[in-house]
Amino acid sequence: MIGIIDYGMGNLYSVSKALERLNCEYVISSDQKKLTQTNGLILPGVGSFRDAMHILNETRLSAFIRTAVQEGMPLLGICLGMQLLFEESEENGRTAGLKLLKGRVVRFPGVTATGEPYKVPHMGWNRLQFRHPSPILAGVEEGYVYFVHSYYVDTDDDSVVLASSIYDVDVPAVVGNGRVFGTQFHPEKSSTIGMRILQNYVSLVEGKGSS
Amino acid sequence: MITKRIIPCLDVKDGRVVKGVQFVQLRDAGDPVELATFYDDQGADELVFLDISASHEGRKTMVDVVEQVAAQLAIPFTVGGGIHTLDDMKKMLRAGADKVSINTAAVNNPNLITEGADFFGSQCIVVAIDAKYDETIQSWRVYTHGGRRATEWEVVAWAKEVVARGAGEILLTSMDCDGGKNGFDLALTKTVSEAVSVPVIASGGAGSAEHFLAAFVEGKADAALAASIFHYKETSVREVKHYLRMQGVNVR
Repeated sequence: MIGIIDYGMGNLYSVSKALERLNCEYVISSDQKKLTQTNGLILPGVGSFRDAMHILNETRLSAFIRTAVQEGMPLLGICLGMQLLFEESEENGRTAGLKLLKGRVVRFPGVTATGEPYKVPHMGWNRLQFRHPSPILAGVEEGYVYFVHSYYVDTDDDSVVLASSIYDVDVPAVVGNGRVFGTQFHPEKSSTIGMRILQNYVSLVEGKGSS
Repeated sequence: MITKRIIPCLDVKDGRVVKGVQFVQLRDAGDPVELATFYDDQGADELVFLDISASHEGRKTMVDVVEQVAAQLAIPFTVGGGIHTLDDMKKMLRAGADKVSINTAAVNNPNLITEGADFFGSQCIVVAIDAKYDETIQSWRVYTHGGRRATEWEVVAWAKEVVARGAGEILLTSMDCDGGKNGFDLALTKTVSEAVSVPVIASGGAGSAEHFLAAFVEGKADAALAASIFHYKETSVREVKHYLRMQGVNVR
């Protein structure tokens, strides 16, 4: 059973429908008691980092998520949900994140080092390049996944970057440390590769549930 | 690097897919969910659904269509048509749409772009622009109401305005080329694409795979949209992508 954290910002419907296609049971909730009874969490998210953290802090879901992760509960952040796992973002002024992974969220400059302008948001299909092996990438090919974001994670901790994509800069695409994972792209919108990554996460969660 | 996107567009009226040729004639081309799945299998990168229902009931039906499509589809899709308020946006996004597209409502109330971008994020907000060349201004003029009403806006000025207000993408339709199948309006596409910092989808006039190549290479489009040539199987998304790949264009 997966708990999709409902904090009012996110593509809950798409994520939940993707889980249904995988025959995975889930609950969508903002209720900590209900979420605690699940075997793993998904933190979705579309919108602004500051608004998202404001809601997570106000509802005390941020403390809940940190505690759950400390206790070994698996967590998958998607898109903004992945960015929230990091220390802070420069979106709309500085905002502290969940601080589960090291790094900060910065905006694509929109201009290359040689002065060539490029489009922001990074919107569309880009190819994954694997950096570190991980169960979340088991059986996944280095193919295309769907991104849409204007900010990306800048981290000195190379060990957390499991896969990246190139869009002027090296964009962390799949991140992970222990049982905490994140995808900058939308796996639920990334055709067969995305579904495989979600399936891997579900398997990881269910593995814990049966132990 | 990021790929060029091919986007089939489905005009939906009262729950059924139809296509307007030059915005007037309509032909029935099928069930939205079935077509969506078909295009997903073909390698479409995204889909756009335009609700052209005139009635309140038709609009309500669209929410059901969006839910059904979202349940089936593992690629992103945009919903446009009949979206006039923040609440309309919320309904479509909650039903599972990834982006909403606004056109007339954006011109009538540009603040809607700002509000939508603030609330849902720029990446959800597509501004659709219908443009037609106008000798008197030596540029393209922006039209609303499905191309029936001329506005005071010149296309580049309007494109810059919508981006400044938070639009995450522009869906640019050439009224001069739409339905003609003689190719995209490359001058219009290039002019707008080079003027703004967000992705631009070229639309109107696709008749062959070569037209897509021209839209990307000469028109500098980030994505290209077509309807009838895909619906009536004159070519397929797969064939177009195969051709583009052979020509050195980065596609999925």
